[in-house]
Amino acid sequence: MNYKLIISIARSLLLARWKQTLVAAIGVTFSITMFITLLSFMTGLNDLLDGLILNRSPHVRLYNEIKPNKIQPINFSKDYINYHNFIHSIKSTNSREEIYNNGSIMEALKNDNRVLGFAPKLTAQVFFNEGSININGLINGVDIIAESELFFFNDYLISGKELDLKNVSNSIVLGKGLAEKLLANVGDVIQITTSQGEIFPLKVVGLFQSGLQEIDKLQSYASIGTTQKILGKSKNHITDIQIKLKDITQAPAIAKEYAQLFQTDAEDIQTASSQFETGSSVRTIISYSVGITLLVVAGFGIYNILNMMIYEKMDSIAILKATGFSGKDVNMIFLVIALSIGFFGGFGGLFFGFILSSVIDQIPFNTAALPTITTYPINYNPVFYIIGSFFSLVTTYLAGWFPARKASKVDPVIIIRGK
Amino acid sequence: MSEIILEAQHISKSFHDPVTIKVLNDISFTINKGEFVSITGKSGCGKSTLLYILSTMDTDYEGDLLIDKQSMKNKKEADLARLRNEKIGFVFQFHYLLNEFSVLQNVMLPGLKLNKYSEQEVEHRAMEHLKTLDIQKLYSKKANQLSGGEKQRVAIARALINDPYIIMGDEPTGNLDKKNSEIVFEIFKQLCDEHNQTLMIVTHDQSFSKKTNRIIEMEDGKIISQ
Repeated sequence: MNYKLIISIARSLLLARWKQTLVAAIGVTFSITMFITLLSFMTGLNDLLDGLILNRSPHVRLYNEIKPNKIQPINFSKDYINYHNFIHSIKSTNSREEIYNNGSIMEALKNDNRVLGFAPKLTAQVFFNEGSININGLINGVDIIAESELFFFNDYLISGKELDLKNVSNSIVLGKGLAEKLLANVGDVIQITTSQGEIFPLKVVGLFQSGLQEIDKLQSYASIGTTQKILGKSKNHITDIQIKLKDITQAPAIAKEYAQLFQTDAEDIQTASSQFETGSSVRTIISYSVGITLLVVAGFGIYNILNMMIYEKMDSIAILKATGFSGKDVNMIFLVIALSIGFFGGFGGLFFGFILSSVIDQIPFNTAALPTITTYPINYNPVFYIIGSFFSLVTTYLAGWFPARKASKVDPVIIIRGK
Repeated sequence: MSEIILEAQHISKSFHDPVTIKVLNDISFTINKGEFVSITGKSGCGKSTLLYILSTMDTDYEGDLLIDKQSMKNKKEADLARLRNEKIGFVFQFHYLLNEFSVLQNVMLPGLKLNKYSEQEVEHRAMEHLKTLDIQKLYSKKANQLSGGEKQRVAIARALINDPYIIMGDEPTGNLDKKNSEIVFEIFKQLCDEHNQTLMIVTHDQSFSKKTNRIIEMEDGKIISQ
């Protein structure tokens, strides 16, 4: 088939009705623009909201739950081995909160290539002293370098430097809410009382704002060594190991494996924050369906315009057929028309979609909950652009298919006789 | 003496809507190379219907049609289209030029479709034909800017572009005034005499048909004289 000729005929037909063509192409452009913008914006927001929780959550968390021993003394008794024993008021054993042998666990994690990284952690319940008032609080002992790398600690730090936590001894980073209560600022020294009753001075080296007020009012960060000192524990006292995986979807399986391998409790992110994933997947589905609806509407527009064009061009189709163009050629001509509307309209849509998302990206968006965000979030994922261009071609192809088939079936005899 | 270009063998056709009417009844004839044939008859005698069958555009008939000794029965639509492109040139009553294209492009289209010559060559040949028909000055105009007589000459140039075996005309002068009709007839005559071009023209214009080499007269779906 002579594609060059078919394309040039399609081009002439399109340009002869350039206003109609433009309207059809604008329809596609508009829907692709909205599709791109909507998805970029929605996904940007999704990422932001998920990031609030998911970024800070480990994919797998290793810890020791305080719980009663599964095997109680009565189970050892040979006399009652075949009985079902009811025991009331079991108390948890005085088991250690710390993870046993955590040095070698961390060594094993380092060598596991499914693991992106891990951060050890321990927590201490303390009272912050504000004059005669004691404020209940929590100190997280963290490895600040791992924490910044894996859980984006820097994003939430509103003043101070995170490395000071490591470099300055007995230092602390306070939650913004907590700092306001304590009237403390960077450089100040605050007093805490440990659960054992000891008073301990700590130097404030930074403030953080996580976006979740509950956390900001309660929590603070110190280095692992400082926290161990506060608790009066030894250098290998670690209560949590937070693991980030390369592939988040593997978390449940790996959590199970680690629970068995390391003899600890292990919690995966899917179990811990399932509601967030549901929320974001529903939002994504909504944006895709709105985007695709827009495209389908544009598709009907193209269908209409091509149908009209075919009625207008009946004579031309008849003469093309009489002079030797087959039904297939005519079909191709109209498909080329539809696809070029889709191609140019879609291309324009990608361009304008990018422009519009960039404009939204510049609109100020200040919220106390998110210190690092100053404008509306936009996700410039190239996948949206690929899907957008793909769908613009598919819908215009389908919209052109029926009219093109109709055109290919035009019987030239009827048209020529009909005059 | 000369070779047969087109042969109709017992062609019959009926319309079935709303009642069955036989429009063509056992039509048989042959056309030799270089003949200038006119098919005449009163309105409704079936001459146009016959032309559409002979042109391969209408495939719903009984009997057989041979063009260049090949049977047209049971050929696929795409093959018929190719055959029309290559071997048949058309001139219609209503000039049927594509208004989106210039005169030159209109003439070139079937040639480009045939894809036998390069684009430059097709263009050159199209210009030659326009020159022969004395309308080369109009080559860059859009088809809808021409007068009726000029359009018909462009249509003839288009019919000639692929050196067809036969040129078929459906009332080519039916929509033209006397002067332009004469010009068109002279062109046909010249093509026949100088280039040995075979022509088959359907017309009810007696003054036109009288001047042709051979007249096939039809009445009520039958040939009454040839």
